[in-house]
Parts: sequence; C-alpha cells; structure tokens
Amino acid sequence: MDIALIGRIIPVFVQAAWTTVQISLLSLVLGLAVAALIASLRLSHLAVLRFFGAAYVSVFRGTPALLQIFLLYFGGPQLGIQLEPFAAGAIALGLNIAAYMAESIRGGVLSVDRGQMEAARSLGFGEGQSMRWIVLPQAAKLMIRPLGVNAVALVKGTALVATISVVELTYTAQRFIGSTYKPFEIFAVTAVLYMIMVYGLTLVIDWLDRAYAEEA
Amino acid sequence: MQGLDFSIVPEYLPLIGKGLWWTVVISVVSALFSIVAGMGFALIVLYASPLVRYPVRLFMWLFMGTPLLLQLFLIYFGLVQIGIDIPALWSGIIGLSLHFAVYNADIFRAGIASLDKGQTEAARSLGFGAWQTRFYIVVPQALRNTVPAVGNMMIALLKESSIVSMIGIAELVHSAQLVISETYRPFEFYLTAAALYYVLNLILEAVLRGIERKVELSR
Repeated sequence: MDIALIGRIIPVFVQAAWTTVQISLLSLVLGLAVAALIASLRLSHLAVLRFFGAAYVSVFRGTPALLQIFLLYFGGPQLGIQLEPFAAGAIALGLNIAAYMAESIRGGVLSVDRGQMEAARSLGFGEGQSMRWIVLPQAAKLMIRPLGVNAVALVKGTALVATISVVELTYTAQRFIGSTYKPFEIFAVTAVLYMIMVYGLTLVIDWLDRAYAEEA
Repeated sequence: MQGLDFSIVPEYLPLIGKGLWWTVVISVVSALFSIVAGMGFALIVLYASPLVRYPVRLFMWLFMGTPLLLQLFLIYFGLVQIGIDIPALWSGIIGLSLHFAVYNADIFRAGIASLDKGQTEAARSLGFGAWQTRFYIVVPQALRNTVPAVGNMMIALLKESSIVSMIGIAELVHSAQLVISETYRPFEFYLTAAALYYVLNLILEAVLRGIERKVELSR
C-alpha cells in the first residue's frame, strides 16, 4: 500500500465523488417525476394510456442503460438534441431509473387494500380525492423500500456516464489507474467513496422507513 | 441536423450479428459461473470457518457497493500492472460473473436460511454427514426456491453485459460502435443494438418462465 499516494489523490477523488453525488441527485429528481407520471398512466382507466405507460416501462427496462445513454448523447444530435455529457448522462439515467421507480410506485398503490378506495368513495370523496388523501399516504409507506433499492442502483449506475467522459468517480479511477500503476490503492479509495454514498443512502432510507412506520 | 436513414442498417447486419452472438455467449457463460460461484459464496458465508468467511464477506461487501464498470477497469487495466495479464474476454466474463455471484450469493443465503430446519435434522438423523446434507438436501431445495429471484438477476446480467464493450470485447455494443465509426450513424445503429437486446430479453424472460413452471411442477 502506497499511503502517500492515497493521501495525494484523495482531494481529486472527493471532487469526483461530488460530481457523482450531483448526477445521482439530478437523475433521482427527474426519475421520480417521470416515474410518478408513468405510474399514473399505468393505473389509468383509459386502455391507451395504460398501454403507453406499459410500453415505456418495457422499453426502458428491456434495453441496457448504456445504450440509452449512447442514444441520447451520440444519437441525439441527429435529431437536433445537442447536450453536454453531464446533462445527457443525468437525463438518460433519470429516464432509465424512472421505468423501475414507476413499478415501485405502482406496486405500492396496488398493495393498498381496495376497500380503502371503496370506503372513501362511499363517504363522498371523489376519485382523485380518495387517491390523494386516502390511498397515496398509505401507499407511500410501502414504496419507500423499493424506491430506495432503485435509488441505490442509480448511484452505482452513474458510473456509466464515465463512458461519455463525465469526470465522475469511475472515470477518475480509470484515469489514475492508467497513470499511477497502483490499481489497488486507486480501487480502495474509489470503493470507500462509493461505499460512503451507497451505505449512507441506505441509512437515509432506513430512517425514512422507520419515521413513516412510527407515524402510522 | 443529420436526420435518420435506416436503409444502411441491413448492409451491416452480419457484423452486428457477430456481436450479438458474443453477447449471448458471454451472458450464458457468466450466468452459469455467477450461479455456481454465488452458491459457493453462500455456503462459505453460512458454514465456513471465520478465517475463510470474513474475507469472503469483505469481498462481497466491496463488490456490492461498487459499480460493475469500476470492477471491470480494476480487473482488466489494474491487474496487468501487477503482472496478472488476463485477456479482455476473460476479464469481462470474470467481472460479470463475480459481480452477479455476489448478488446471487445473497439470494441463496436467504433461500437456505428460510428452509425448514427439519430438512437438515431429518437428513442428519438418517445418517447424512454435515456436508452431504448441504449438498444433497439443502442446496437443491434452495436452488429451486430462488429461481424467480435469480432469474431477475440474469435479466439484469444480460443487459449489463453491454458494459464489457468498454474494455474492448467485440460484443453487440462494441460491434455497433465499430459500424458507427465507419458510417457516422450513431442513432441508427445504437437503436438497432437496443432492439436486439430487447428481443434477447423477451427470449430470456420466456425461458425463465418455462423454468419456473417446471420447478413449480416438481414440487
């Protein structure tokens, strides 16, 4: 172990990890917003909307995230969409994770007993009101774990934007492995930073889950 | 804006087909390795002496918390610097196998833990040794009960096998990149590759459903 090297590279790697955090947060917000939309399409009364929701999920889950990133970043200009690597990466990752998160949201809504909706309706709540005030608060609790699993996968998935030269953690690791000839020191530093992000996120999810459970 | 022109795709299909074939080979080989190694890790974590158990747990923890792409870089670009030169194809297969073995191990560990203790006790009282019981009684049942969860991992493995293109293995994504460097038509060929993954994915899902049904029947 070359401790001096580790000390020297830490500032650069922390900087790179910060980029990973930023891209994760951006894709997470975009992913949740799109997922909510897709889940409501999938739960719609209209067959055509349900079809579009199901098609979105099927296409984005049926093809590699790497190709989705490449299609947007390299293929986008052919359609007049010109994006910086960072933006292309965040958008593609967000659209990708949205397909998985939509299923987590839908699963949560469907696990709430049907009687809850029926009771609310019979008490005079409208369809949307029942969803907003009766079903969703109960479903939210059931969604935390699955959405958390999606979010953890997203953080690790951000490594893929290294392939379109976004200078995040994995990209930086590859560059330093090539220039220092110290693969294990580099891997150790990189792994520790990923662990802090991944297991830190896991702690946040546990806390959210417990906070919600106590409230109920 | 260049616009789209799919008419040039058929001309390059033989090359893309070669990549497709390698994607299938790499995925199948890595899937088998990841299941065997995953069961090995699960047995070690559950039954081996602490001297073996803790290093394996540390390794699993490290591989679960880091991205596959980073692991591939470590195996392919990293190991060669300390004198371990593994060819790209094997680096890719080893990386994919280990990455998913760790997840499979977690599934198998839970599957073994959830088996009725009576199974082990009955086998032991019939004269099976400890490891005989594990191999003939525990492992087969755990494998059967975890088919759906492991199947989901294999669906993920098929898609993530695209990442080995980054260390230069000539699979589907890489062959699309080759064609694109000649034709400058990224959208058309990445979309073609994506469509082929989609079809592979459908086939794999059908195969997994078949296996699940067979397993259900054998209960």
